[in-house]
Amino acid sequence: MAVAIQCRGLRKTYEGKVEAVRGLDLTINMGECFGLLGPNGAGKTTTIEILEGLLEPTSGQVEVLGKTWQSDERELRERLGISLQETRLSEKLTVRETLQLFSSFYRHPTPVETVLDELSLQEKKDALVGKLSGGQKQRLAVATALVANPRILFLDEPTTGLDPQSRRQLWDIIRQFQKRNGTVLLTTHYMDEAERLCDRIAIIDHGQIIAEGTPAELIERLTGHHVVEFAIANSNGGDGYNWDKLPGVQAVCADDGVFSLQVREPHETIPALLAELQRRRAQLVHLTTRQASLEDVFVQLTGRHLRED
Amino acid sequence: MATVEQPPVAAEPQRAAITNGRWIGYARLLQMRMLELWREPEVIFWVFVFPLLLALGLGIAFRSKPADITPLAIIDGPKAQEVLNLLQHSPDHANFQPEILSAAAALDGFRLGKYALVVSMDDSGGLQFRYDPARPESVLARSQVDDAIEIAAGRKNPIGTQSKASSEPGARYIDFLIPGLLGMNLMNSGMWGIGFALVEMRQRKLLKRFVATPMRRSDFLLALASSRLVLMIIEVGLLLVFGVLVFHVRVEGNLLSILLIGALGAVSFGGVGLLTASRAQKIESVSGLINVVMMPMWIFSGVFFSYERFPKMLLPAIRALPLTALNDAMRAVILQGAPLGAQLGRIAVLAIWGGVSFVLALRWFRWS
Repeated sequence: MAVAIQCRGLRKTYEGKVEAVRGLDLTINMGECFGLLGPNGAGKTTTIEILEGLLEPTSGQVEVLGKTWQSDERELRERLGISLQETRLSEKLTVRETLQLFSSFYRHPTPVETVLDELSLQEKKDALVGKLSGGQKQRLAVATALVANPRILFLDEPTTGLDPQSRRQLWDIIRQFQKRNGTVLLTTHYMDEAERLCDRIAIIDHGQIIAEGTPAELIERLTGHHVVEFAIANSNGGDGYNWDKLPGVQAVCADDGVFSLQVREPHETIPALLAELQRRRAQLVHLTTRQASLEDVFVQLTGRHLRED
Repeated sequence: MATVEQPPVAAEPQRAAITNGRWIGYARLLQMRMLELWREPEVIFWVFVFPLLLALGLGIAFRSKPADITPLAIIDGPKAQEVLNLLQHSPDHANFQPEILSAAAALDGFRLGKYALVVSMDDSGGLQFRYDPARPESVLARSQVDDAIEIAAGRKNPIGTQSKASSEPGARYIDFLIPGLLGMNLMNSGMWGIGFALVEMRQRKLLKRFVATPMRRSDFLLALASSRLVLMIIEVGLLLVFGVLVFHVRVEGNLLSILLIGALGAVSFGGVGLLTASRAQKIESVSGLINVVMMPMWIFSGVFFSYERFPKMLLPAIRALPLTALNDAMRAVILQGAPLGAQLGRIAVLAIWGGVSFVLALRWFRWS
């Protein structure tokens, strides 16, 4: 498969002190949607901006579409669509004017009208950017990247702070782009986003990749398939017991009085769990079972939640 | 041998694409910059309306007006009415506004500056003038009133003299002021229109977003400079037309020379603005910087009064300031019709400031 983006041994040190990226290797294939997943401050934005040629790495090699930023910057810029985190576009221009401006920078852009249609911005095309809602502004930001008619789309936290409906709209836009053979690299700290949208993901923490693969692989490799969560009235009662002795339990995690058991087969574990609780005369106040998610993978890998807020 | 069709490897997400010419990016940047300015009411006010208001206010305050009417106090006494009659029948009677008052009221009014002169009668029947040598209008009133009374009483002057009033356009305060305001306005809008605008775009991460596209950075700077030139023509035109229509300012030089000097001034201050904005990350910090750069020129560069009033040793430094060069050049061309060739020195000062700032700015400029 053709390689879209490749980097080796990427490091970035700010002001000689903060190490934002500490030795990162990535290979992103043509036509795939790749997600960089990690908590705030993990080094996602630094990584993507180095790949976009906006930051100089302290060391390491980057190749995009088989070219390097040092020798082919202009050529690369023509073929990439980039949406930065939190760009505030000029508020006194309309949606259409903004797209006309960005399209004028490219040799062979997509017609503005096409992009307006695809991003459902036709109704708002004559509205000033300052009057748009958060979701519309974010769609416009993605539109300024798509008007380039790019081969690779870079999106840095495209859905942060958006309502669920706007997020879904953006996901659809990204999928459409991918269907036209586009390659996507996005960063996110939303697990569900990475799970639904990305073909492959890399989980980044403290400037390093701690796991990489398809969402399903990661979940399978690092957790059981299911999670059983429960809480008991007197939570102290649960502390003394090694819950991983129950059948089928692969890992246990206690957080704020809630126990999460990662299990292969819930029907093996749950009867044993209930029996044990009865034996200890503990009162069960909460019991759920669900499919394991990337959030569980992250907790498993780091002992922390993705969004500590 | 059967040939197998290779599936296209990673075809481009090609769609009906259009093809852009070389200069379309520049044209759009300029168009959008002008649209943004036009939609910003504050810009319209500060760039176009404010200088006109300033010219109007100062022009009225310092207009050339007929000599003041001098208020006089005559202390009530036996001959007070006679003195009043003499004054009212003198040839200069229109310049005086005499009143008869008690001694206390007259002296009180004099002390408070209400009257320029107090006329009283001494015991011998002669007149006594009380005036203040430190007040020019008081000194003037003393000699005017003295003359008026003596002439009205029948004094004949041995030599006949005549006076003719002369306040020609070209030598009035407003004539001095308008070219200075032009210069100051070009400085203000160059510094704010380039410096402030750039830092605001940097703070919004818009500059970074632009350099993430294939936009030519030179096109961006060129569009910014072009927008300044377009505004310059409007700024200069408005203020000149205003001066001509309202204050009958006489423009001696030709319009092309005025516009060329205006363009040089706009570009020069654009360069200084670019340098000021080359690093600042926040609009608050660039606002401070812009004021620090402009403050000395407001004071020293002869906008509102001639810089010749400063000590002689300062003059060479003052003349090396870009606004001084711009103001002097504007005055020479507007008021005296001086050809461009006669002010190469001033043109050089402007060019050096603009050129050096521009080169340094390009070296230090941060797009993110």
